[in-house]
Amino acid sequence: MKNFKPNIDWQDKVIDIHDLYKSFGSNHVLRGISLQVHKGENVVVLGRSGTGKSVLIKIMVGLLSPDSGEVNVLGKEVPGLSVVELRELRLRVGFCFQNGALYDSMTVGENLAFPLKRNTPGITRAKVKEMVATVLDAVGLSQTIDQMPAELSGGQRKRIGIARTLILRPDIMLYDEPTAGLDPITCTEINNLINEVQHRFNTTSIIITHDLTCAKAVGDTIVVMKEGRFIKRGPFDEVFDSNDELIREFYDYNFIQ
Amino acid sequence: MDSSSGQPEKPVVSRGIDNFFLDIYRIFQFIKRFFREALRPPLEVKEFIRQCYMVGYKSLTLITMTGFITGLVFTKQSRPSLSEFGATSWLPSLIAIAVVRALAPLVTSLICAGKVGSSIGAELASMKVTEQIDAMEVSAINPFKYLVVTRVMATTVCIPILVCYTGLVALLGSYLDIHLNEHTSFVTFFQNAFKNITFLDFGTTMFKAIAYGFTIGIVGCFQGWRATQGTQGVGKAANVSVVVSMFLIFLEEVVIVQVANSIR
Repeated sequence: MKNFKPNIDWQDKVIDIHDLYKSFGSNHVLRGISLQVHKGENVVVLGRSGTGKSVLIKIMVGLLSPDSGEVNVLGKEVPGLSVVELRELRLRVGFCFQNGALYDSMTVGENLAFPLKRNTPGITRAKVKEMVATVLDAVGLSQTIDQMPAELSGGQRKRIGIARTLILRPDIMLYDEPTAGLDPITCTEINNLINEVQHRFNTTSIIITHDLTCAKAVGDTIVVMKEGRFIKRGPFDEVFDSNDELIREFYDYNFIQ
Repeated sequence: MDSSSGQPEKPVVSRGIDNFFLDIYRIFQFIKRFFREALRPPLEVKEFIRQCYMVGYKSLTLITMTGFITGLVFTKQSRPSLSEFGATSWLPSLIAIAVVRALAPLVTSLICAGKVGSSIGAELASMKVTEQIDAMEVSAINPFKYLVVTRVMATTVCIPILVCYTGLVALLGSYLDIHLNEHTSFVTFFQNAFKNITFLDFGTTMFKAIAYGFTIGIVGCFQGWRATQGTQGVGKAANVSVVVSMFLIFLEEVVIVQVANSIR
């Protein structure tokens, strides 16, 4: 559970999605999704594998284009953005991939410095070094600066992935399955890190997961996805006080079995 | 942005033939994008130099061995035929023409298609399936410019240099054999060798080398860039890069030789 009160501005919608549809061939992944996320809020999207959770956040950063619907992120209608506008938006939206997606050929330090150097022309070496050290310290992995990604554990890779995203100081963080494949202790560390990011940098986050412990620990709002639609939305306790079969199965598996 | 949405369309002829023409269309789109991005500043100088090192310097040992053996063996194989007519003095000239016009560009580019093309295909495919390319994209970095443009430019610049080097090494291999058998001096060998080489020969070879270098780079990048299906896709990208590059190199060889001969 969070040991701080999140600073959520319920009047400021930073993500506003209306009636979003997306199909891959005959596979209808998203079937009329609508979602509003407020400034400073952590929204957890829960659902079974293959229900289109990752597709949803990939549409938000323009990695995929929707078939129809409105996707407004930080006041910009994503599907209609030009390459330059999309690039500007991406500087403000951090995306943490499931396996970290660290660049194999670079050390941890180089991985972190890469987006910073590329997006901040004229930045000095000293400043880059300082910012790399700051974000590594924020994720508690200062000692890994000279290591290659292959030398890191799964949990460390995810934390470095978060650090690489944080270095650009985004307004929104999108986490794709941040705790998948990790042991319970590392999961707790990642959950704490997500909360720490929200608290320290006042970011808005969408967390894609099927891990209820993660959802309970980091989510201010939980939305449950089933067959391409949201079937429930609200705080954790309210959502799981439900008789829906999927929600019950999720709850029972995570907290009883 | 993707284009993989909507209902699957009914094939116009058959799925295989449709895909063949679609692939041709896609590779032309890819080449178009390459030129658009390559002409737009800034150039990724540091990555370009790193790729030149990987393509050029890292291929030197293999190229040296192959070039030297090619020159040596070709001389050994040609000698009996020429000696039948008492024309062994023509050996340097014959070898030089063969090396400059055909062997150097072909041997170099086929070796590079195997070594460099497969490596580019596998590296980009692996980056694609592990979402590293997407990670670059969402970090507001242009992955096409950083990964594709630098690699294609590196192969296009380095392979002509390697072709010149292979030609030189092959002639040295040939000289060694001729010197041991006919006791020809170094200066005489090279005077005879270059006697019949024209500017057109050298120009055609350089043009071929540039075309082969571009082909190896673009095919490797294209196959890596569109890889799917996890590790299987990585292997497939590496394999297809080599096969398609080699096929196209032979195809280009035929066309360029025809054009050069019509000028000659």
